[in-house]
Amino acid sequence: MLFFALMGVALISFGLGRYFVAPAEIVRATGEQLHQLTLDLGAFLQSIANWFDVTFNGAKSVTAQSPSVIVDLKANAALFNIRFPRIVVVVLVGMALSVAGAAYQGMFKNPLVSPDLLGASAGASFGACLALLLNYGNELIQLFAFLGGMTAVFLVMWLNKMVRSDAILGLILGGILVGTLFSSGTSIIKLVADADDKLPAITFWLMGSFASITVRDMLTILVPMLAGFSILLSQRWSLNVLSFGEDEAKSLGVNTTRTRTLVIIGATLLTSCSVAIAGVIGWIGLVVPHLTRAIVGPNYKILLPTTMLVGSIFLLLVDNFARLLYSVEIPIGLLTSILGVPFFAFIYRKNMKGW
Amino acid sequence: MVSFKKPGTQEQPVEAEAPGLLQVQELVAGYGRKEIVHGISFEMDRGEFVCIIGANGCGKTTALRSILGLLPVMSGKIFINDVDTASMSIRRKARHFAYIPQVHVPPFPFKVADVVLLGRTPHLASSVSDVSKRDKVIAYQAMQQLSIEHLAEREYTELSGGQQQLVLIARALAQEPDILVMDEPTASLDFGNQQLVLTRLHKLSRDGVSVLMVTHDPDHALFCADRVIVMEQGVIICTGNPVDVITSEIMHRIYGTHVYVADVMVGDCRAVRTCVPLMAADTDDRETGGRYL
Repeated sequence: MLFFALMGVALISFGLGRYFVAPAEIVRATGEQLHQLTLDLGAFLQSIANWFDVTFNGAKSVTAQSPSVIVDLKANAALFNIRFPRIVVVVLVGMALSVAGAAYQGMFKNPLVSPDLLGASAGASFGACLALLLNYGNELIQLFAFLGGMTAVFLVMWLNKMVRSDAILGLILGGILVGTLFSSGTSIIKLVADADDKLPAITFWLMGSFASITVRDMLTILVPMLAGFSILLSQRWSLNVLSFGEDEAKSLGVNTTRTRTLVIIGATLLTSCSVAIAGVIGWIGLVVPHLTRAIVGPNYKILLPTTMLVGSIFLLLVDNFARLLYSVEIPIGLLTSILGVPFFAFIYRKNMKGW
Repeated sequence: MVSFKKPGTQEQPVEAEAPGLLQVQELVAGYGRKEIVHGISFEMDRGEFVCIIGANGCGKTTALRSILGLLPVMSGKIFINDVDTASMSIRRKARHFAYIPQVHVPPFPFKVADVVLLGRTPHLASSVSDVSKRDKVIAYQAMQQLSIEHLAEREYTELSGGQQQLVLIARALAQEPDILVMDEPTASLDFGNQQLVLTRLHKLSRDGVSVLMVTHDPDHALFCADRVIVMEQGVIICTGNPVDVITSEIMHRIYGTHVYVADVMVGDCRAVRTCVPLMAADTDDRETGGRYL
């Protein structure tokens, strides 16, 4: 157990490593000088400290800094107000989508399942598009997206209860039905949306982006996300058992209905939050669990936490590309697949063992 | 398939005073509203190896599944150690019954040791808690009992069908149940692997493990069972010692085919009873077809 804890910590620091390198690369890309970089890093750390000061000690001034650090206030603001929440959100979303994907793959006994199987993404997209169509503000768009995702999945669970057939089959079928319904809704909204103004906004939103993340956004999703993480992590062992099938799980004493419900609620919380705040980011929920399985094996006790780390690292990297590759930001949903597919093909070739 | 008469089968005494391990009383079960098992009753003693045989669709699997709690019991009662299972949680039930399914391939390449460790699930303090060192020791002992400890670090998905089945049996042993319940554990295995699994099961049963097994092959029952329960169309038609119950008449009745039940000499002094299905040509022949053993 200690060994695994150690490995976890190592991976976290690995993740943090990327985390710190990321701003450095941006600084270099924008032509800053090398020792400015170290100052920026210092400022960055300082800004975190400040942020804690402001939030927890009620300190009024953000600029109250120790005299030994010379700080460019603009850089500070950029790091503190824009980059820091963005990075936190990217990490959270990366964790959320990959852990939800991993949990679903075990629950549905199918390695080709992704977290939007039960229509969470379709529902959230519909909700967001509706809010965009109605010209609502940013907060309402997020709320609509979140509620849309939750509604879609609860609809699926309700359908499954009505049909009372094989639980897994019922859920997948319900997911297809409800997903199709909501995608059609999205298409209708696109059809009626103003082609000059709203349609591009909708299209862009659907491709996913972390561009306009604020500290407020970050704090909004923190609580439901943490709830989702703890629910899924609490079901690690049961997920192992469940991936052997319903009958075996029951005869091993696992309350399969409860486990399934908990996993669906947890995964839906995470997926809806992710889509609400960043749009549809495909692929990561499918690929990262595989990648992690290739590294640490299929045991969910280790797989689930590791997947979270790998997912956040992966999405951070991709997000850096999204920001830096081009003068205009590339929608991250596109990049995850463009970078993810060859990467996955490479890993798959190297590690052909069935997973 | 050659089957060996189980040593000691004849002198196995039925201890009347010992409380029965499993009691099934007037069990009615089925899928949805369709009733398949129409009230069966039987008992099983600790350490007994009981086989249920019968044709496809006779309700033997349905009965097994409702005993395990995988199907709702429509009426009737099931007692384990004189405790009614209806009042048991799924977790508690899992400490009494261990289910060994047919071999199937899980989607992910779990390590054998991890698969066996899953058997400890009903004994964990809660669904969130971790396995203890003791759990690992028990899992290892279960593997030792089946002589598969050398496979511990291998991937389950890489093993042969017979080895996979042994792993599932080890997982069931790690559950420390009162009864191992099996539904045609050898169904998808080749000849050699069937024999491997049956031999190990036979050994377990001599070590005192109680086994309730559904099988379609009467030879398997002859090979390892202490007692056979014969089912037909949802009811038990007879029960008893394998050598007494598995006769050509009964076989013909449940399988609708002519069977020659023979004692085959293996070596110099050991007779082995086995079922030989007869071809149509054989049964036309008055010499063999008219009068079976």
